[in-house]
Amino acid sequence: MTLATLLLIAAGLIGVGVYGALSQQSFVMIMMGFELIINGVLLAGVAFWALATAGEPRGQVLVIVGLLVMAIEAAMGFALVVNVYRARGADTTEGIDSMSH
Amino acid sequence: MNPETSLWTDLAFWAFGLAAVWYGWRVFRTDSMVRATFALLASFLNVGAIMVLLLAEYLGTALFFMMAVEMAVMAIFMVAFMMNPAGLNPMQMVHQHRFAIVAGAATFAGLAGLGFAVDFPDRPLIIAADTIQQLGFELMGSSMLVMQSIGVTLLATMIGAVVLSSKWGRYGDSDAGSVPPSLDPEQREEDRS
Repeated sequence: MTLATLLLIAAGLIGVGVYGALSQQSFVMIMMGFELIINGVLLAGVAFWALATAGEPRGQVLVIVGLLVMAIEAAMGFALVVNVYRARGADTTEGIDSMSH
Repeated sequence: MNPETSLWTDLAFWAFGLAAVWYGWRVFRTDSMVRATFALLASFLNVGAIMVLLLAEYLGTALFFMMAVEMAVMAIFMVAFMMNPAGLNPMQMVHQHRFAIVAGAATFAGLAGLGFAVDFPDRPLIIAADTIQQLGFELMGSSMLVMQSIGVTLLATMIGAVVLSSKWGRYGDSDAGSVPPSLDPEQREEDRS
């Protein structure tokens, strides 16, 4: 378990997440792609904190901010899914063709 | 315990790490939407386990609990919004598939290459450091402003989520009287007044 191998796993998670976010049609599946990207970022953050900063406490605080980003992504994502479904009856990206009202 | 020492730690790391990536991959490969949600949960749990191996016990445990709840909510959304929650029919709902594969592979190759090529500082965690206590003192001490900002941001998120998702406002439909913004600035002023 070295920094490079940890970053390798994190890169794998981010790569799968990028694939999912770009390839999926369903809004909720796109959100899953985003979550996987953030998952990899969190792992990389903890890896740097543990192996490159000698356990600097502010590193953990930075990872907590990453958790915050994930919580916001999930909450606002679900709210937007509900909103778009009510306004347009759409649950896939192909179902909407404009961002306006 | 130094996170870099024992053979068992190494074996556990590779088991958790490969499982995390494999379950992440399964998310986009399974027909069942509920199964996809739980595959994502498994991926998060494995990452949380790696965090615990790295002695970030608080963050790893927080990830366990946070993701268990979030994925339960996501499973409900999947059943509510997707046409094939149980995966009884094979389905493939993708677009720009080849581009997505290339982009994902390029991201992986770039980031992994960066991890091996760059000479990051090698300063492992101090042995037997009480990381949870350090985090607690940091959060209640010099990083308190960060924690307070997180709290206010989460409050704003809650309000925003309710505003976006509620059907009724206090005085009727939540989108009553709402008009698309005009591209003409003068018209926009009129709409506002």
